[in-house]
Amino acid sequence: MTMIFEPDFGTPASEKLEQVSLEIDGRSITVAADTSIMRAALEVGIDIPKLCSTDRLKAFGSCRLCIIQVDGRNGTPSSCTTPVAEGMKVATKSEKLDRIRKGVMELYLSDHPAECATGAECEVHAVAKKIGVATSRYTTPETHLDLAKDESNPYFTFDSTECIVCNRCVRACDEVQGTFALTIENRGFEARVSSSGTSFIDSECVSCGACVQACPTGALTEKTLLTIGPPTSSVITTCAYCGVGCSFKAEMRGDEVVRMVPLKAGGANEGHSCVKGRFAYGYATHSDRITKPMIRASINDPWKEVSWDEAITYASDGLKRIQSESGINAIGGITSSRCTNEEVFVVQKMVRAAFGNNNVDTCARVCHSPTGYGLGQTFGTSAGTQDFESVEHSDVIMLIGANPTSAHPVFASRMKQAIRKGAKLIVIDPRVIPLVRTPGVEAAHHLQLMPGTNVAVINALAHVIVTEGLIKRDFVEARCDAQSFKEWEEFISLPENSPESLEASSRVPATQIRAAAYLFANARNGSIYYGLGVTEHSQGSTMVMGIANLSMATGNIGRKGVGVNPLRGQNNVQGSCDMGSFPHELPGYRHISNPDTRKIFNDAWGVELQERPGMRIPNMFDAAIAGQYRGMYVQGEDIAQSDPNTSHVHAALRAMDMVIVQDLFLNETSKFAHVFLPGTSFLEKDGTFTNAERRINRVRPVMKSKTGKSEFEVTCDLATAMGYPMSYESGAQIMDEIAATTPTFSGVSFAKLDELGSIQWPCNEANPQGTPMMHIDHFVRGQGQFMKTPYVPTDEKATRKFPLLLTTGRVLSQYNVGAQTRRTKNNIWHSEDILDLHESDAQLRGIADGSWVKLASRVGETIMKARITDEVPAGVVYTTFHFPESGANVITTDFSDWATNCPEYKVTAVEISPSIQGPGEMIETHIGGDPQLDSIIRMANQIAANVPANNAPEIQVAHHIVQFWTPTMIGRLRNEVDHALLSPIVVRAIEITLMTNQYL
Amino acid sequence: MRVFVPGDSAAISVGADEVATAIAQLDSTVEIIRNGSRGALWLETLVEVQTPSGRIAFGPVTPADVQSLFDADFLNGGAHPLSLGKTEEIEWLSSQERVTFARVGIIDPLSLEDYRAHGGLIGLRKALKLSHEVIINEVTESGLRGRGGAGFPAGIKWRTVAQSFGEQKYICCNADEGDSGTFADRMLIEGDPFTLIEGMTIAGIAVGATKGIVYIRSEYPYAIATLRKAIEIARTSDWLGSRVLGTTHAFDIEVRVGAGSYVCGEETAMLESIEGKRGVVRAKPPLPAVEGLFGQPTVINNVLTLSTVPMIMAEGATAYKSRGVGRSLGTQIFQLAGNIARGGIVERSFGISLNELVNTYGGGTLSGRPFRAVQIGGPLGAYFSSAQIETAMDYESLIAAGGMLGHGGVVVFDDTVDLAQQAKFAMEFCAIESCGKCTPCRIGSTRGAETIDLIIKGVRVDENKKLLLDLCEVMTDGSLCAMGGLTPLPVKSAMINFPTDFDGVRK
Repeated sequence: MTMIFEPDFGTPASEKLEQVSLEIDGRSITVAADTSIMRAALEVGIDIPKLCSTDRLKAFGSCRLCIIQVDGRNGTPSSCTTPVAEGMKVATKSEKLDRIRKGVMELYLSDHPAECATGAECEVHAVAKKIGVATSRYTTPETHLDLAKDESNPYFTFDSTECIVCNRCVRACDEVQGTFALTIENRGFEARVSSSGTSFIDSECVSCGACVQACPTGALTEKTLLTIGPPTSSVITTCAYCGVGCSFKAEMRGDEVVRMVPLKAGGANEGHSCVKGRFAYGYATHSDRITKPMIRASINDPWKEVSWDEAITYASDGLKRIQSESGINAIGGITSSRCTNEEVFVVQKMVRAAFGNNNVDTCARVCHSPTGYGLGQTFGTSAGTQDFESVEHSDVIMLIGANPTSAHPVFASRMKQAIRKGAKLIVIDPRVIPLVRTPGVEAAHHLQLMPGTNVAVINALAHVIVTEGLIKRDFVEARCDAQSFKEWEEFISLPENSPESLEASSRVPATQIRAAAYLFANARNGSIYYGLGVTEHSQGSTMVMGIANLSMATGNIGRKGVGVNPLRGQNNVQGSCDMGSFPHELPGYRHISNPDTRKIFNDAWGVELQERPGMRIPNMFDAAIAGQYRGMYVQGEDIAQSDPNTSHVHAALRAMDMVIVQDLFLNETSKFAHVFLPGTSFLEKDGTFTNAERRINRVRPVMKSKTGKSEFEVTCDLATAMGYPMSYESGAQIMDEIAATTPTFSGVSFAKLDELGSIQWPCNEANPQGTPMMHIDHFVRGQGQFMKTPYVPTDEKATRKFPLLLTTGRVLSQYNVGAQTRRTKNNIWHSEDILDLHESDAQLRGIADGSWVKLASRVGETIMKARITDEVPAGVVYTTFHFPESGANVITTDFSDWATNCPEYKVTAVEISPSIQGPGEMIETHIGGDPQLDSIIRMANQIAANVPANNAPEIQVAHHIVQFWTPTMIGRLRNEVDHALLSPIVVRAIEITLMTNQYL
Repeated sequence: MRVFVPGDSAAISVGADEVATAIAQLDSTVEIIRNGSRGALWLETLVEVQTPSGRIAFGPVTPADVQSLFDADFLNGGAHPLSLGKTEEIEWLSSQERVTFARVGIIDPLSLEDYRAHGGLIGLRKALKLSHEVIINEVTESGLRGRGGAGFPAGIKWRTVAQSFGEQKYICCNADEGDSGTFADRMLIEGDPFTLIEGMTIAGIAVGATKGIVYIRSEYPYAIATLRKAIEIARTSDWLGSRVLGTTHAFDIEVRVGAGSYVCGEETAMLESIEGKRGVVRAKPPLPAVEGLFGQPTVINNVLTLSTVPMIMAEGATAYKSRGVGRSLGTQIFQLAGNIARGGIVERSFGISLNELVNTYGGGTLSGRPFRAVQIGGPLGAYFSSAQIETAMDYESLIAAGGMLGHGGVVVFDDTVDLAQQAKFAMEFCAIESCGKCTPCRIGSTRGAETIDLIIKGVRVDENKKLLLDLCEVMTDGSLCAMGGLTPLPVKSAMINFPTDFDGVRK
C-alpha cells in the first residue's frame, strides 16, 4: 500500500467561466479568469515555492517565496495573490527571484529549529532544500526557539518554536471552520499565533483540526504522529459519525492509524472535518471492545466466551424454538444506521427470507422516519433534495429544529460561510442555538417557539405567504398537483392558521412570523434545513409535509440554493432506510404489499415474502410485553438507552427469551441479551455509507477484523443456521445484489464508486453518474402534492404536576448514546449530561447553578447537574442523552409521531427539584396493564386527529392503518378495543377495513 | 476687540491655553478666537490682534508676557519687544504659497460663517452643478497627486472608484499621520476642518459615495474633537446628510480613531482596522478602489489631498497646475522638524530646493552646530547629506536622488548624529511597527537591526555589510507593503551618503 497524495494548488480554483491565455516560463496555458498565477503554473507542472498558501484558503501573500516577474510590470509580486491576465508573460525563475527567495528562506531558517519534530512533514525544510538554502547567515539572532509547547488539547500540540506565522491556521479557523478561535498576537517580530490569549483547551477552539491540517510545519501536529511516527500507507474511507459523511484518508503505520486526514476530494466535506471524525476514532481499538462471541442462558448469568459456531447455533436454536412455539412472527430484527448498506441489506434479508416475516425495523424509526413519510407523500421520495454545496447558493436559509454546529459541524461550517457571504438565516428553535448569534453570524430571525408547536409555526408562515400574495404561482402551476394545491390554499388561508391565532400556542410574536415569511418568500433562493427537532414530535410527519408545502409554495425546489434538506443524525441512516429496513418497505422504498416488487425479491431470494407489514420497534416492545414477540436480533443499536420510556423498553427486553446483540461493546441492551456477537468498527468494514445528500461513499477496511469475521458474514451464518443459506464473498457482491434488485441503485457498483469517488442516488441508466439534485424538472411522484397540515397540539402538555417542557439534543464532542465518543478523549469537553434551565425556573425552585437536580416525568425520574442559562426560555429545560448514567430517556414517554411512531423525544412534561445527592439507581416505573392495547388506542386516535377532517377522513385512517400496521394490531383494534375509547372516525375506519377487501 | 490665540495643539503645548486665559483675565471684554496655527511653530504662542490696519502679531508669547503686552497696549498694536508687525508681512509667512493651508491660522476653525467668508464651499457648490465626469476630469487635470506619500494621481483613483460597481462606496480619509516630524494633517484638521469635509464631500459626489470615514490617530485628541464638532456643525447646517446643500446628493462622515499602530496608516491595514480587525496589510490586487472597505469600491486619500480639492474646484485645475514642476504640480506642504531653528509648515510650489527649506526657512540647526543630515519623508525616508543640499523638492527629483518625498516631513540633524545608529533605528522602528504579516518585514527588520549592531561593534564588518545589503534587497523587493519595502531606504541612504559611519569603528 502507498500513501495517497492530494496535490496542493496553492489557491482555490476560480469559479469564473471566462478563459484567459498567458505564458508562464515560455509555456502557454489557458485557464479560468481569476486563477492565480501560482495555480496556473502548477497546472503546467511549474511548482513555485510557497509556504503561506494552500488551496483550501484564500491567497494571503505573506511568505513572499512565490514571487514572480511579469513582463511590463514593476516589482516582484506574489504569484498567489496575482491573478492571470490575457497575454501576460510570467517568469517564475530569474537570478533576482532566486536571490530574494534565498534571502527570505534565510530569514525563516534564522527563527526555526534546525531539526523539526515531524521531520519530513515540515515544509520549511522541504522548500529550503528546493530553493537551495541549507543554513542562514544570521548569527546570534533573537529567536522564538525557547517558547513553551501547548499540549493542552488531547489530540494535537501547538509548538510555537516551529511556527512560521504564515497564518494558515488562523485563516483555516476563520475561513474553513468559522470559529475565529485563533489569532495573531502582537506586531512585527513578536507576532505569534495564539489561541486568543489562553491555552488551546481553554479557548474557543472546537478541535475540528482545520488548523492542524493547514499547518505547513510541525507547529500544529497530531499527537499520534509524534507518538506513532510517520504514516507509511493510506486508505480513503468514510467517517462513521454523523450523516454528513466526511471522506478521510486513514493514514496508517502498519496496522495502526496514525491519523485521519480529511480528503479534499471528499464530496461532502471537501477537506474539512470535526473533532469526532478527525480525532475521536480511538474507540475502535479501545480495550472495552468485545472480540469473541458470548452466550448465556439467562440475563442474570455471567457471559461465557464461546466459538462462533457455538454462538450461532445457540442463537438459531433459540430463535427456531420461539418460532415453533409462538409462530413465525414472534421474532424479528433491528438494523443499524451505523452499519454499512451491505450489512443492513443482509440483516433485513435475513429477517424477511430466513425468519420469514417482515419484523424488521431500524433506528431511523426513532429519528427520521417522519422524513421518509412526509417527503414520500409530497415529493415522492424519502430523501433530501440537495447536495451540501447547494447551501452556498442560498440567499435565505431556514433552519428548523437542528443545531448543526454541534450535530453536523462540517455542514455548519459551510452554512456559516454562506451566511458570512450574505445569506440571511431564519432559526426556528426553542433554544438559542449557537447559530442564532456567533462570531460572523447573526440570524435575521429567531422564532423561539415552545417545544411541540412546529406545525403551528410552519402553518402561520404559510398562511402569511398565501394571504399576502407571495405564492410563486408559476412554479405551483407548472410543477404541483392543482387540486391538492387548491385544497391546501383554502385550508392554510383559514383564520385559525394566522400568526395571530397561533401566537398563543407557539409564543412566537405574529409580527416576527410575518417578517420571516416575507423574507423567505422573497428570497431568490430559499432553502430549508431541519433536524430531529422537526421529526421527533407527535406531529413530526405533519411538520415535514408542512416544510415541503412551504418550499413548493415559494418555488424553492429543483435548483441550486433551494430545497428541503433533512440533516441526518447517523452516518448511514439514509442508507439503512434505503436498504429496506422498514417493516412495510423493501429496498428502494417500495411497499411490501406491491406484488411486482415482492416478485423481484421472491425470484432473487427463492422465497415467498409475507405481503403485510411487520412490526415497528415500539410495536415489538408492546408485543414483547404481551408475550407475542420473544426473540430479536439487534444490530449495532443500544435500544435500551436510546429509545424512549426506558422502563417500558427494559420491561419488553426482560420479557424476551432470545435477545441477540451485535455490537462493539457491551451496552445497556446487552444487559438483557442472551447472545453477544462482536461487531466490527468502521475501520474494519468493507462497504458503503450513504449520507444525508444521498451520497454513497466507500468504507474501506484499513485493518483486519478484530473478531476474525466481517459483520455480514456473521449475519449470513445465522441465516444459514436458521435454514436459509446465505453467503457473500465481499461487500461488492452484496452491492451487486442491491443494484440488481433496486432500480434507484441499478447503476451502483464498487468499481464505479472507486472510479467516481462517490455517487448520489438515484444512479441508473437515466442518471449514470448519480443525482446531486432531485426534482429538477418534475417530482419523483410526478406532480408535487400539497398536504393539509392541521395543527394538533400534543397530548404531552405542561401540567401543574409537570409544569416544564423538556427537550433534548447533542453536544459537539459527544455522539448519540456516547458508545464511541465516551471511549475517547472527547470526555475532556463533556463528561456528563447537564440539565439546562432558565434562571427564573431555577430561582422558583431554589436551584443553584451546578447543583444536583431531580428530573421527573410521568414515566420516570433521574438526577443530573443543573446549568442556569438563557439559552432556553423560561418553561423549557434541555439536556443531552450521551451518558447512560443520566438516563435521559427514563424520562421521555412513549408518545410518538402519529404516522410513523417516531418517538416524541423533543417534548416531555417534567418537574425538577433540588437533589442532595448525585445519580443513584434509576427509578423505573412498573409497567402494568396491557401496553400494546393502550398504544393501539392512542395511535389510532392520533391518526384520526391528524388527517384533514373533510374528504372522508375515515378512508384515510383505514388506508394508513392497513399500510403500516401489522395484521395482529389491526385485529386487536377491531376485536379487543372498547369503541367508546376511540374517535368516531376510527370506528368508521374499522368498518371500512372490515368491508373492503382491497385493503386486506 | 478680537484677539487670536491659536488652539492648535502645538501652540497649546507651549502654553497657548494659559496665554488665552491670562488675556481673558486681564480684559474680559476681549473676544478671543482660538484659531489654527499659522505654522510658524518657532513663534508659538503667536498672538494676533485684529486692528483696523490688519492683524498685528506678537510672539512667541508666554503667559508671563501677557501683562507686559497689556502694558504696551497690544490690543491697539502698541510697540512691544515681541511685536512682529503685521502678520501678513512676516516674510517667513508671506513668502509662502498658501493654497491648501490658505485659511489655516486665519479663520476660526469652527465658524462656518468665517469659512464661507474666506472662500469656503465655493468649490462644493460648483461641483454640485457638475457631472461626476467633469469633477473627476478637473481633479485629474489639476495634476493633484496623493499627498500621503505614494503620489498616485488622485483623479485616476477617483475614476477607478467611479467606474467600479458597488452598493455602497466609501471615501476614506487617511489621517493616521504617523511619520516622525510630520504634523500637517493635524494642523489642517485643527485649523480648517471644513476644508477637509468639503473635499470629502466633493469626492463623494464625484465617485458616487455617500459615506465618508476619517481614520485619525488617537494621539490627536484636539484634532479629533475639532473634526467631530465641525462634522456636527456641517450636519446641522444642511451640508452633510441626506441632502447636501439642498441637492439630491447624500453624504455623511464618521470619525474613526486608531489604536496606536503606525502600519494602520498603510491604506489596506487602515481598511482592516476600520472594519474592526487587526491592522494587517492586505495583498493587492484587488485595489481598494475596486474592493476596499467592506469589499466596496473605496477612495483612500490623505487629509492634504482631499483638503486641496475645494481650492481646485473653486479656482480651476489650471490655476493649481500653474504651480510646481514637471509632473509634480501644485504646492507641497513641507514640515520642518528635528534639530532646526525655525520649524513649522512651509507650503511652497514643488521644486523649491532643500537648501531653501533647511536654511532660508529653517534657519539651520537649533543647536547651532553644523548641519550634517536631513531625513526627508518620515522614518522610511532617505537621509541626505550636505552634499545634496541643492536637491529640488519634488517627487521625481527626490526619487532620482535616492529618496522620496513621502508626506513632506523634513527632519534635520546636526553633526553629532551617527547614521549607523539612525540606520539601526530604522530597522528597529520597522521591527516594532511591522504588522507582522510578510516575512521580509516581520523577521527581516529584527535581523537588520541585529546586523547593523554587529557592524557598529566592528564584528565581521564587510561580511555583515554584504548581508545587510542583501537583506535590503529582500525587504525592498520582497515585502508586501511600503513599510518593509521602504525601511531599506534610510538604511541604504545612510550607508551610501555617510559611509564612514559604517566602518565599524566607534567614534
